Amino acid sequence: MGNALILDRLHFAFTAMFHYIFPQLTMGLALLLLYLETEALRTGDEHFNRAAHFWARIFGINFALGVVTGIPMEFQFGTNWAAFAKSAGGVIGQTLAMEGVFSFFLESSFLGLFLFGEKKLGPKGHWWAAFLVWLGSWLSGYLIVATDGWMQHPTGFETGGTGEILLSGFWKLLLNRWSLWQYAHTMIGSVQTGCFVMAAVGAYYLLAGKSENYGRTFVNTGVIVGTIAALLQVFPTGDMQGRLVARNQPPTLAAMEGLFTSQRGAPLAILGQPDMQRHQLDNPLIIPRMLSFLTYQTWSADVKGLESFPHDEWPDQVVLLYYSYHLMVGLGTIFVAVLSLAAWQLYRKRLYQSRWILWTLMLCGPLPFIANTAGWMTAELGRQPWLIYGLMRTSAGISPRVSGGNVLFTLIGFTGMYALLAILFLFLIYREIETGPEPNEMNQSADQWVAKSVLAK
Amino acid sequence: MGGKICLGEMTGAVMETIWFCQVSVMIAAYVLLDGFDLGAGAIHLLVAKTAEERRQVLAAIGPVWDGNEVWLIAAGGTMYFAFPALYASGFSGFYLPLMIVLWLLILRGTSIEFRNQEGGEVWTQFWDFIFSAASLLLAVFYGAALGNVVRGVPLDASGYFFEPLWTNWRLGRETGILDWYTVLVGLTSLAALVMHGALWLQLKTAGAVNQRATRLAKRVWWAVLSLTVMVTLATFAVQPSVPANLSAWPWGFVFPLLAVAGLASVRWDLAKKSETGAFFASCAYLAGMLTSIVFGVYPMVLPARDSAFSLTVENAKAGAYGLKVGLVWWAIGMILAAIYLMIVYTSFVGKVAAKLDSRD
Repeated sequence: MGNALILDRLHFAFTAMFHYIFPQLTMGLALLLLYLETEALRTGDEHFNRAAHFWARIFGINFALGVVTGIPMEFQFGTNWAAFAKSAGGVIGQTLAMEGVFSFFLESSFLGLFLFGEKKLGPKGHWWAAFLVWLGSWLSGYLIVATDGWMQHPTGFETGGTGEILLSGFWKLLLNRWSLWQYAHTMIGSVQTGCFVMAAVGAYYLLAGKSENYGRTFVNTGVIVGTIAALLQVFPTGDMQGRLVARNQPPTLAAMEGLFTSQRGAPLAILGQPDMQRHQLDNPLIIPRMLSFLTYQTWSADVKGLESFPHDEWPDQVVLLYYSYHLMVGLGTIFVAVLSLAAWQLYRKRLYQSRWILWTLMLCGPLPFIANTAGWMTAELGRQPWLIYGLMRTSAGISPRVSGGNVLFTLIGFTGMYALLAILFLFLIYREIETGPEPNEMNQSADQWVAKSVLAK
Repeated sequence: MGGKICLGEMTGAVMETIWFCQVSVMIAAYVLLDGFDLGAGAIHLLVAKTAEERRQVLAAIGPVWDGNEVWLIAAGGTMYFAFPALYASGFSGFYLPLMIVLWLLILRGTSIEFRNQEGGEVWTQFWDFIFSAASLLLAVFYGAALGNVVRGVPLDASGYFFEPLWTNWRLGRETGILDWYTVLVGLTSLAALVMHGALWLQLKTAGAVNQRATRLAKRVWWAVLSLTVMVTLATFAVQPSVPANLSAWPWGFVFPLLAVAGLASVRWDLAKKSETGAFFASCAYLAGMLTSIVFGVYPMVLPARDSAFSLTVENAKAGAYGLKVGLVWWAIGMILAAIYLMIVYTSFVGKVAAKLDSRD
């Protein structure tokens, strides 16, 4: 059954990573849409209304793909991770069931009204629909992060007679300190995705000299909100996440940082390749004592290296974990630099003329997706070899009767299906961007098509 | 927690029975709601011939189908938290059919979404076909899954099992997902959901689609009737717990009677052209059939071929504290969901426009 474990992990990782392309954009865009809707309501300017319309269509496509790729995530707890589902279901089943009951009903009910019911609802009603969609998606995000947060740092549970894990404190599960910080970090990450995508599309319009009026709104909104988000991503949320890992998952911190031997005044590695045979970083580029300071706020603090932990407590993919973490942090730093520069130029009213910054913004569009994915890889690879940190090993969690052959069969099936979805997705998004926000034949007829046909009354 | 005293005093199987009923209600809500859009999808190509007519079918389910599908997730999640052992055992045991159901759900959801993007005639035809085929197969697979639960699965002392898609099509010890009984249930499910979907389309459309849907509903009613009779007889033979429960608690006959009354009034309402009445009668039929089944297998949640290993509300339930807190938030959540449902369905009342350019 050895290969079943690795295949089950790949199955979950692949479907989760593909899924998270969509919600990170919709959660971020939901906030930006709410801003555009608020501006439309406040100023009564049709411009903001059209801008919101344009993003609502992109939101709609992403939302649909997020829903259909999300269902397999919940199913897999039972299909591929049955032993885990059985022993921990009484705890994480709470948060997963609450997501269905509290956020999915809310989102699905008001999304249709938000997308197609503008005429019927009027401007205020439409704003409320946008608000409820935002609330639903952000609530959904919390309940999922709370599920992962519990797996990272279990609280509010007790162990039953036959080894099953029982819930003992509902609020401890729901208000887990780890989950609250992880949520802040995750949501700000998704706001950055929304901002970069919005700014990139705006920059493209400005560079291409089309829909420039809208291009400016998109760049403005993306850059201003994005700069705030990029800074909050580093401090305090990223910083707190790091400290929580250092305190609660010390082998993970050592692996993330590529620190093999314990040291006083440990350096921070910016670059370098972990050599797992010789337990060292090749070609290291370091900042002396920085890791000690970041972790314990004193330059000479003792930071434990991987070698001071028993080998069976090491994350099993040290190298991949190290790169995921460095990729996330590296990209996060680039985002701060790019967005601060763009914000400065915006403040000096020079942004729309400096083509090289617009080019940079446009090309940065896809990067937050990579950063967010790398962030989740850091969290989940860092949790290894535990499925529930300190309580249940990953190898103990898989379905005992589902063979590797069956798992590979469905993994291949998902790969094929998701490849098809990815192609169609890119095609549709490209077409929306080409159609643009200005009233024209294409988007007028598309809007009417749906609005008229579904809400004809 | 306001109800602490009264809940704290609950002993015996009361708490897990409450959750058994709640999960059953959510599954029934899913079947009633997503059932009509699955059924409408399955007959999409039959009742709608022109592009304009196909648009009407899609418009008749457009704003509600994804909300309907949420009941599946919410019911699944609730089952997971109330009966973790059932979720683990059932989902891993039904690994292959569930994955196929997932693929069909993905294909179906995306085909509705992609179809509405204007992409020319070939594009629309392709997605219409995928939408219809996926809806039809889902109706059959859901029925087969239900058939498996009623017939029992090869659970052993470990509490786990794994069923291949088929073995020898008989009801021995080593069953597959598909055998003569589960296929029969699958076909019954298809016929019932086709009827349900046709009645929904009759209610929501006018003109040619309405007429074809009505004609189809009248015809398929006979298939539903004969399959219901067959599946009932087969079930009494396959799962002895069903007749046993009915004779132990005769008040349970109210469930099959609801199904019979529902099916009879579908015919009655079709004859007197009551579109709303016929749809709600079909809801009553489906609800009666589902409640009869869950009443018939209780206290089992997943019967085993060897009854010693059956999963019951008792041995599959989560911890007492979790079930107690769950009761509070579940009740709040369901009230909210009912409010949303009312808002959505009232803003979507009446028939869809027969022509795109008709003014409000």
